[in-house]
Amino acid sequence: MPTATFHNSDQLAAAAQPFEALQPILLRHHRSPDSLIEILNQAQQFYGYLSVELLRHVARSLALPDSQVFGTATFYHLFRFQPPARHSCVVCTGTACEVNGAAQLVAALEGALRISLGARRSDGFVSLGAVRCLGTCSAAPVLVIDGVVMKHQSAASALATVRELAP
Amino acid sequence: MSVCTLTIDGHAVAMAAGANVLQAAREAGIRIPTLCDLEGLSPVAACRLCLVEIAGSDKLQPACMTAVAEGLEVHTATPRLRDYRRTVVEMLFTEGNHVCAVCVANGHCELQDRAVEVGMDHSRLPYRHPQRSVDLSHHCFGLDHNRCILCTRCVRVCDEVEGAHVWDVGWRGEHCRIIAGLDQPWGAVDACTDCGKCVMVCPTGALFHKGDTAEEKHDDSSRLVDLVRARQARQGSP
Amino acid sequence: MSPLADAVQRVRCCSSAGCLASGAGPLRQALETAVARRELQERLVITGVGCLGPCSQGPLVAVDPEGILFGGVSAGDADGLIAALAHRSQAALASEREAPLSWTPAAGERLDTSGPFFSRQRRVVLEHCGLIDPERIEAAMECGAYGQLRRVVQTLTPTEVVETIRRSGLRGRGGAGYPTGLKWATVAKMPQGQKVVVCNADEGDPGAFTDRSVLEGDPHRVLEGMVIAAYAVGADHGFIYIRAEYELAIVNLRRAIEQASRQQLLGQQLFGSSFSFTVQLRVGAGAYVCGEETALIHSIEGGRGTPRPRPPYPAEAGVGGAPTLINNVETFANVVPILREGADWFAAIGTAGSKGTKVFSLTGNVRRGGLVEVPMGTSLATIVAEMGEGTPDGSGIKAVQTGGPSGGCVPAAHLDTPVDYESLQALGTIMGSGGMVVIDHATDMVALAAFFMAFCREESCGKCVPCRAGTVQLHALLQKHLAGEASAADLAQLEALCHMVKDTSLCGLGQSAPKPVLSTLRFFRGEYEARLRPGTAPSPLTTAGAAP
Repeated sequence: MPTATFHNSDQLAAAAQPFEALQPILLRHHRSPDSLIEILNQAQQFYGYLSVELLRHVARSLALPDSQVFGTATFYHLFRFQPPARHSCVVCTGTACEVNGAAQLVAALEGALRISLGARRSDGFVSLGAVRCLGTCSAAPVLVIDGVVMKHQSAASALATVRELAP
Repeated sequence: MSVCTLTIDGHAVAMAAGANVLQAAREAGIRIPTLCDLEGLSPVAACRLCLVEIAGSDKLQPACMTAVAEGLEVHTATPRLRDYRRTVVEMLFTEGNHVCAVCVANGHCELQDRAVEVGMDHSRLPYRHPQRSVDLSHHCFGLDHNRCILCTRCVRVCDEVEGAHVWDVGWRGEHCRIIAGLDQPWGAVDACTDCGKCVMVCPTGALFHKGDTAEEKHDDSSRLVDLVRARQARQGSP
Repeated sequence: MSPLADAVQRVRCCSSAGCLASGAGPLRQALETAVARRELQERLVITGVGCLGPCSQGPLVAVDPEGILFGGVSAGDADGLIAALAHRSQAALASEREAPLSWTPAAGERLDTSGPFFSRQRRVVLEHCGLIDPERIEAAMECGAYGQLRRVVQTLTPTEVVETIRRSGLRGRGGAGYPTGLKWATVAKMPQGQKVVVCNADEGDPGAFTDRSVLEGDPHRVLEGMVIAAYAVGADHGFIYIRAEYELAIVNLRRAIEQASRQQLLGQQLFGSSFSFTVQLRVGAGAYVCGEETALIHSIEGGRGTPRPRPPYPAEAGVGGAPTLINNVETFANVVPILREGADWFAAIGTAGSKGTKVFSLTGNVRRGGLVEVPMGTSLATIVAEMGEGTPDGSGIKAVQTGGPSGGCVPAAHLDTPVDYESLQALGTIMGSGGMVVIDHATDMVALAAFFMAFCREESCGKCVPCRAGTVQLHALLQKHLAGEASAADLAQLEALCHMVKDTSLCGLGQSAPKPVLSTLRFFRGEYEARLRPGTAPSPLTTAGAAP
């Protein structure tokens, strides 16, 4: 955390107790080390991503070594280590979607968004990710834009939706 | 203490119950190649070099984690096992960037020794040439990820023997990488006690003393067991 | 007098993830608004329910008392449907005769529930799925939920419960089919002390949504099975490990646990006995390998989901070192009917070695896809061709993939194979958690094998060398084949490497990662050979021996 001069007591309090929203969660889990993944899940929900400061805070709170917390967090696909983009675009690449043309969706989106699968655009506009099966296979191929599941997508329909996204 | 009698490659071996097949083989003077295993550290059965065949089972078992049992019939060097071991070593060579000629561990490298042992004169698999980094931020030691085979000896020694847990494995699959602290430069991690045990147990030139140059790394990982035993003796444990 | 005259008509709206993705949410809202506007709340009830079956026809709506099923219903249809139902209700009152419902959705259809998709099913696990409102424990209890738990705790000894499960012949529904009774007996026989029951709901096989549907549609069924298991093995706490992608299942399960705890069906001293059981939900964070039981244990303990060699098996040393019983969702969901109807009843369903039913998620290039439950021993052809009605373009089925990335492809010539553990294994595939993906002739089998290998490469935990580096090498070799740059020597290396990775990997993920390749090499070798670089084609001798 960068050092700075604090102008009022609010800021001072915020700095003294960083990640305060996490406190009740930590207490509910009795600061037990085996709740690490649960706590990381919650932390990501609160703060959008797992920053180094946040991970350090969790490690200190659970009395776990830093490297163990970082090693565990990076093992799991759903944890993010940089701020999320303004829009998220996720292609389901499960088997049913694959045999129904998920690869074409990915190719079209990669081209239109000018990023490769798994990347976040440097301007923070959008990230393009993949999920291995949402279990909604009858709707294949499936695209999830900002949390909304869209069924039976084609390259054209996917691009149309992406074009509509607010900058 | 009860004793089991088993056969390894046709040799009868008597071994205390609770021991594993790898220890029994060593006792009988039968060599089974290993890399992740190190006496004094908990076994992980990750390198798969010590896999053996057990009569009556289709499944290959890691000698380092298979308990001896009465009447066990173990085969350690069938043609299939020899071929698989060579492939494992080829996989290790091709997934990293191992250039023996300029390596600090050349001539004192367990990976190199295993390659000779399994008869790997060339790799049948293509080299992957990954982009990997070198961390020279620690004032005494260096970490060259190009030479790391992810045996996790450093992770285990730092956690189990030194109790500092500076190291862990980050990410997963082909992206696995040994990390220090919160994936910080090694030198920036307060938890490190500069003890150098990780360097001592590293089987390759991945962890090394700064200043050592090609062929100058002379750490002997087998020294660890003496240290662990001495400590146990002082604490009065078995 | 018409049964409709005084019956409350019920409209069941499928609210499972599949139908929600096709607009079931707005539809349900529109139906509720239409009922409210006409002030018909007394005579018409709108209920959200779990999966109604033919997901490909979604959003689905069923009308009771007859159970008329409509597919492709949109929010715009809501007013028309409610008007028709109101009209029917009034007509029935006035004339005291059956008033048939002649309404159809604008862009959808009325589904023939006497067709093979429905008539070929035998619903044991799914008996209440799609009928009850999964959000209300009362709805489940009206159908008998927790009745067997009460009976078990009050009248049976743990040994009797284990014995009933053993005699039923139930086998694990998560993959390899280990006998459930034997697993329970092992944990029960471990010395007294802390024991744990884990429900594996980390259904990660792409193309499988069996467990998700059961948890969404009838969560109390799974909970009850789990508590009975805990009673049988002597455990006092448990975990449900569920993948984070299953948002609705998590919500329904969390609510179900709260409701059951409030009704003292979970917690301390259940039904006045000395038996106590609490359960915690553990949500994963995206790692397929966590479906492997030792990896799952590490993940429950809050660590990296890396597997370890067995023995010791979880039954001896699992979560926190305590003896641990791990079963998957569908296995637990079978416990209640077995106890209610008896082991002999269950054992009479299915084949000699595979008892009971199996729920499959039928997807891919199939006309009628969705969730089906059939007796073990039903042929693949019955499921994919008869119930699923074949491929959408009618071009014929090329193969059926089961078991996800750990399974293989069964070619069309073998579709008469009965689905049971042994028959599928003999064909180089597995039952898995119930994914059944139909593949048409347009699908390239080499590309499919490469797809699964890419999946395993991405999901490999990285602990053991053959899986970490082997899946990378195998994937690269498959890419080489796809690019038409592979030689006959590459093909031989691909095959040899498959066997090496299968034999030497530490856990089930690595051991089965080569299966889709070996399976397609066995049945579709010609597709690999046709892609070889010109001039390096194998000799006619090798081609002659290849499977069609």
